[in-house]
Amino acid sequence: MSSAILPDDEKLRERFGELKPPLTAQAAQIEANRCLNCFDAPCTASCPTHIDVPGFIKRISSGNLRGSALRILDANILGSSCSRVCPVEVLCEGACVLHRQNRKPIQIGLLQRHAMDSFHKSGEVLPVAMRAASAPRVVCIGAGPASLACAAELVRQGAHATVVERRSLPGGLNTYGVAEYKLRTADSLHEVEMIRRMGVDFRFGTGINSAAELEALESEFDYVFVGVGLGAMQQLGIPGEDSDGVINALELIAGYKVGHIRRIDGTVVVVGAGNTAIDAANAARRLGAHAVYLLYRRGESDMSAFDFEYEHAKQEGVQFLWRRQPLAIRKSEHGRLLLDTVQVHQVDNKLLPLPDSHFTIECDQIVPAIGQSPLAHLIHDLRGVDVRDGRIVADHSTGQTGNPRYFAGGDCVNGGREVVDAVASGKRAANAILKIAEEAHA
Amino acid sequence: MPDIRVRGFAGGINSPNPFWLASAPPTNTGEMIMRAFEAGWGGAVWKTIGEPVTNVSSRYSATDWNGLRMMGFNNIELISDRSVEVNLSEMAEVKKRYPHNAVIASLMVASNRKAWHDIVARAEGAGADGLELNFGCPHGMSERGMGSAVGQVPEYAQMITEWVKEKARTPVLVKLTPNITDIRTIARAAKRGGADALSAINTINSITGIDLDTFTPRPNVDGKSSHGGYCGPAVKPIALNMAQEIMSDPESALPLSGIGGIATWRDAAEFILLGCGTVQVCTAVMHYGYRIVEDMAEGLDNWMREKGFKTIEEFRGLSLKRVTEWKHLNLNYKIVAHIDEQKCIGCDLCHIACWDGAHQCIHLDRVSGPVDGHVELHTTPAAREMQSRAAIAETPVTRKEREVTTLGDYPTPLERIPRVDETECVGCNLCSLVCPVDDCIRMERVDAGKPPETWDERTRGAECAPRPQF
Repeated sequence: MSSAILPDDEKLRERFGELKPPLTAQAAQIEANRCLNCFDAPCTASCPTHIDVPGFIKRISSGNLRGSALRILDANILGSSCSRVCPVEVLCEGACVLHRQNRKPIQIGLLQRHAMDSFHKSGEVLPVAMRAASAPRVVCIGAGPASLACAAELVRQGAHATVVERRSLPGGLNTYGVAEYKLRTADSLHEVEMIRRMGVDFRFGTGINSAAELEALESEFDYVFVGVGLGAMQQLGIPGEDSDGVINALELIAGYKVGHIRRIDGTVVVVGAGNTAIDAANAARRLGAHAVYLLYRRGESDMSAFDFEYEHAKQEGVQFLWRRQPLAIRKSEHGRLLLDTVQVHQVDNKLLPLPDSHFTIECDQIVPAIGQSPLAHLIHDLRGVDVRDGRIVADHSTGQTGNPRYFAGGDCVNGGREVVDAVASGKRAANAILKIAEEAHA
Repeated sequence: MPDIRVRGFAGGINSPNPFWLASAPPTNTGEMIMRAFEAGWGGAVWKTIGEPVTNVSSRYSATDWNGLRMMGFNNIELISDRSVEVNLSEMAEVKKRYPHNAVIASLMVASNRKAWHDIVARAEGAGADGLELNFGCPHGMSERGMGSAVGQVPEYAQMITEWVKEKARTPVLVKLTPNITDIRTIARAAKRGGADALSAINTINSITGIDLDTFTPRPNVDGKSSHGGYCGPAVKPIALNMAQEIMSDPESALPLSGIGGIATWRDAAEFILLGCGTVQVCTAVMHYGYRIVEDMAEGLDNWMREKGFKTIEEFRGLSLKRVTEWKHLNLNYKIVAHIDEQKCIGCDLCHIACWDGAHQCIHLDRVSGPVDGHVELHTTPAAREMQSRAAIAETPVTRKEREVTTLGDYPTPLERIPRVDETECVGCNLCSLVCPVDDCIRMERVDAGKPPETWDERTRGAECAPRPQF
């Protein structure tokens, strides 16, 4: 899992230059000094992992960068990727009390990154507790943020943790699914490397697809943590969807991040208006598409993407087609794609086509990005684990499922939230497993 | 229109305003002083001239605080390293070109009568409007028996002042060192010696900091350091206190030129309110240049206009009668903190300050919305933080989750607006000092239901009054 296997494409790096460049040491110091050091700080409360924000900022201002990073890692083992990908506007920075004084909130994300970059650059590994003979053995399925957080917390407290992953690289969406201008694949892998060096075992290319494979895990491990995320993108459910040139948003993002997709030409239509749709649309622009349309069957005020993501897409030159529904995909005689669409309007929560509003968009690529469906087949194999609306049912504070040996967290439980939510749930599950194991041992 | 001119200070020194440059690097040469006068400075105390010296490099170091540069500053520079001849010929030139600005010669020579008589004659010959005797310099010169070595021994200070007064025809100011237990002992000696005025304070012995990589204190001179004179904004409170001590003591009080951390017209007004007739500035000029005097003059003028003062003499010393010994303070004056809920931003720094630094009377026990069950009053800070870190928070991903919840009547959730227990509040001010919002926490007077009484009155009264019955 070294980052050496990644292509170092200079052009790609140039095209996906960082959206938020790091702070210089002095800028970080000045910013850190602006922090009021609130008591029971709202930024900390709003963070799903409850990072001690004033605590780590105070350490930056005193020049104790190592202590600052340790303080962050204590709460959030993926503090580095979270500092880059967290929607801080609706989390810590959104909660900053300076807003109420009409002052700019503290740039918590950038300060966190400052501390984490310094720590990861040092190559230091977070200290872990001695492994006790009686410590539980836990397997985490999926190598995304939830499993990584669970496994890291377990080894920190002296337990055994093994992560099994069907793909060849760890990190889940951090590695394969986050826009490169926010989090570089190499940085995601670097962060996971520290977790491996803390003593977490990794098995790659290990998909769990049958009851037999699950039984094998059960006989080897005491507890199972399910952190498989969500499954493939939903189909559009229209004719012609399997045409060449139709590629779903996560495949597109993963494709350019690991170097399979180097450029995109012509016109691209992204279907959907969530944060992933926006990442895909921006990526298409940066990879060379001369026109990128984002097609959404509802209006601007209904889109689920964060406001700052929407603004960013506009800056990137993405054009938005509101209240337009795709009907079919055809091939033109020149081999291009034809996307038949119709204008719709909402009547009593139903979308009805407007007469004489049919319109065909000639394009080169169509990117569906309308939510993700659960990895249903695996979950079916888990005995005694409830699945509702495609999500695993697990206790909110412990992650324990109906089957006491099975725990779950991250997107497969919450239906798709942020990295920081996955980390928080993985950590909560790890602590619950340790507590239950200790009680069982006592 | 207010008149900020200084007339007849110390028995005869005039200047267009009370802002003088202190004897220091900004007054090193005639060229510099002329530029300063052009910028608007009313007077300048020439960098001390006298015995030949050699300076070292480096010479300065500073204390930065919370990202701000030079909250405090120190130096190990000695007196002028230019010859007496050069300095005095430049002084004559300055005086010729700027006859209306005050030029004071700061002097320091070996402790013998003739040396002092000579230098006094030469400085006055160059046209100095007054003489300032440097009895304050705390580094280097003091090791050679000058500067603060004189200023720490009342007998020396008086003797040299007497020698100077035998010869001087212009007003004599004695500059005092703060590196002494009671500054009044030297002030009294100077007064006994016949000084016309005092300047205070000189710099304070200091080590500003130590380089944690080399273990060498700053400023670093080839791996070693020496204690330097501390000045800048950090020393102002010490200087104000010493100005008050001098001006409230009849045996010390003389016309006073206030020095110590003065950087703005506000600082200047405060020194004048404690009795100073002029003020001297150095560090702020070393930081920002001569141009700061523009705001000092305008600001003082505006403030005097607002307060209705026509001359500096009208408000000089007004605050002296408001400083007293502790035993004369009213024990029955009672104030309590009041938090303005509309202004509170919910940082809760007042809560932690009151719990950990004061009297545990600011509590976080308000609630937002209805509560089912017990509300714990007086939760300790640690318990409160533990509670909020145990709560599960999630990123609001849907539009609905992100909708700003209405907070009711206040800009901050009520549960984050602290409550003051007025029965326990001792009125210490701490919360209002830590609050980052102007006028959010006000200290309000409450009726203690008792007539004013001081400790002095109470303890004197105890000798005759019957013991109170409880």
